[in-house]
Amino acid sequence: MTRTVELELATPGVDAQGQPARVPLAASDLGGEHLLLNMGPQHPATHGVLRLVVELDGETVVRCIPHVGYLHSGFEKLGEYRHYNQIVPLTDRTDYLSPMSNNVGMALAAEKLMGIEITPRCTVLRVIACEMSRIISHMVWLGTTSIDLGAFTPFLWAFQERERIYNLQEMWTGARLTTSLTRVGGLMADIPDGFVEKLRDFTATFPNTLNEIDRVLTRNAVWAGRTQGVGVMTAAEAINYSLSGPMLRASGVPWDVRKDRPYLGYETYDFEVPVGEHGDVYDRYLVRLEECHQSNKILQQALARLPDGPINVDDPRVILPPKSRAMSDMEAMIFHFKQVMEGVKAPVGEAYVGIENPKGELGNYFVSDGSAKPVRWRIRPPSFINLSALSKMAEGHLLSDLVAINASVDIVMGEVDR
Amino acid sequence: MIPGVLRETVARDGERVVYVERERLLEAMTWLKQTPGQDYDYLVDVTAVEFRDRERPLEVVYFLRSLTRKADLRVKVELDAAGELAVDSVWGLWHGADWLEREVFDMFGITFRGHPDLRRILMWETYAEGFPLRKDFPLRGRFSRAEQVRQALNANPEAHYSLDELSIADAWGDLPDDMRERLKRGERGVVPE
Repeated sequence: MTRTVELELATPGVDAQGQPARVPLAASDLGGEHLLLNMGPQHPATHGVLRLVVELDGETVVRCIPHVGYLHSGFEKLGEYRHYNQIVPLTDRTDYLSPMSNNVGMALAAEKLMGIEITPRCTVLRVIACEMSRIISHMVWLGTTSIDLGAFTPFLWAFQERERIYNLQEMWTGARLTTSLTRVGGLMADIPDGFVEKLRDFTATFPNTLNEIDRVLTRNAVWAGRTQGVGVMTAAEAINYSLSGPMLRASGVPWDVRKDRPYLGYETYDFEVPVGEHGDVYDRYLVRLEECHQSNKILQQALARLPDGPINVDDPRVILPPKSRAMSDMEAMIFHFKQVMEGVKAPVGEAYVGIENPKGELGNYFVSDGSAKPVRWRIRPPSFINLSALSKMAEGHLLSDLVAINASVDIVMGEVDR
Repeated sequence: MIPGVLRETVARDGERVVYVERERLLEAMTWLKQTPGQDYDYLVDVTAVEFRDRERPLEVVYFLRSLTRKADLRVKVELDAAGELAVDSVWGLWHGADWLEREVFDMFGITFRGHPDLRRILMWETYAEGFPLRKDFPLRGRFSRAEQVRQALNANPEAHYSLDELSIADAWGDLPDDMRERLKRGERGVVPE
């Protein structure tokens, strides 16, 4: 598949037709010896403790065998020994680049299992949390990927924007990374005074940064040359490999959980789902960049419609009473005691809720036997499943392209290894 | 009618759950994927569940989705913990099952027949403590921290590579002699006392 991109910079990397000039893929039999190269687990371009064993023919990747598990912490096992609200902090540490939306995903699954309806204000606040997470996660992706490919400036711009969201997260939850925002049936806290104004400021200026990044990368000959036609997954392959999120949409499959299996009232927001057509690294970049614009739009709509009212459901069996009442009112103290000591009991059964996380579809699957601790807590880890297609995508490309492909998957090892 | 279906229920989240005979799993999955009107072309997840009640069988759970029909389906296979823990691999239908089935194998010890590369994935390949997500596996693991450190420090270099990778290195004459000797003797991983 060929395409023409109008390039702004005249560089030696472009041929006469304005197409980025690429080294042709080498024929498999150069006659030389193959080399087994070990890359990682401590390597800046593997985005964490990922280890790739690569069989090379010259500079061409013949096979790439990923080794994961260096960050395995047994979260799913730990979850079987915890009350539902005690599981929330574990979710912070899975995909630690978007902790708030992990919290939301877990809480939604627990609420589905228990049949709890959350309040309108809580719903909108959770949407805000999810979209803020999407922006910071995509900013990290953009920054680190551009560094991997040799561009340093977008990294600084992206991390500056991320910093502004992190300040908002700190304002809301008191933590920048380990937010533990949600509780079963609500949130740990309402947003503080001044939060709405600050977030509104952010949404007003954030598109400027995105446009700057767009200007410096999208029509940049080096960027286009390093990313176009690299790591291509066709739509059929992407479906067959169970890819999700931007990886799936860049291949031209318009599946977005927010649109196709709406949760948190996403069907009432006006936003577009960007879809690529070539399924290469460049299209994944375009999809993620546009998703930031759309998230910004959703944030603005959510701020405009944010209703007043309680953030927690009115059920003393699920939500802890305020501390002042627990210390003065007998009934509230009993509920407080029962919840802390026994936890919230879930009915027998199972529930799966998938949400559109920045990396892809994050699923939380709870199986309960009627006690306060789940029998099984399964996280469907989007970057684990997206990473499993890495060997397929890297075959036949140059070693330097493997770095670009690996970056385009947008992995976070805390979630891959859990 | 799904081949080999035993019974059907509805989960608490409203999804349809179908229990399938173990021996006819692959037949049922092929039917679900290829029959017009079913079109379950996307594998969302594969996992397993062991209950605290020891009498209940283990379940292998497949989350299927039809992207065109926007419909989900959960397919379950029950395995008796006392019997053989093995089912057919669905890798041939969905390549996404590759790592998912490896993870279930790693965590529960369930074998997937016909999987092209069934190795441990999150735990290292020479891990000897058992299967972490089984209920009889203690939360803190079976070996002490001291024993784990001792094994990690004493491991031979070849323990960090899969046999596949070692055979690639061997094919191009890159394997050190002492490593070849140890591999020939069937030793891999921990240095004997």
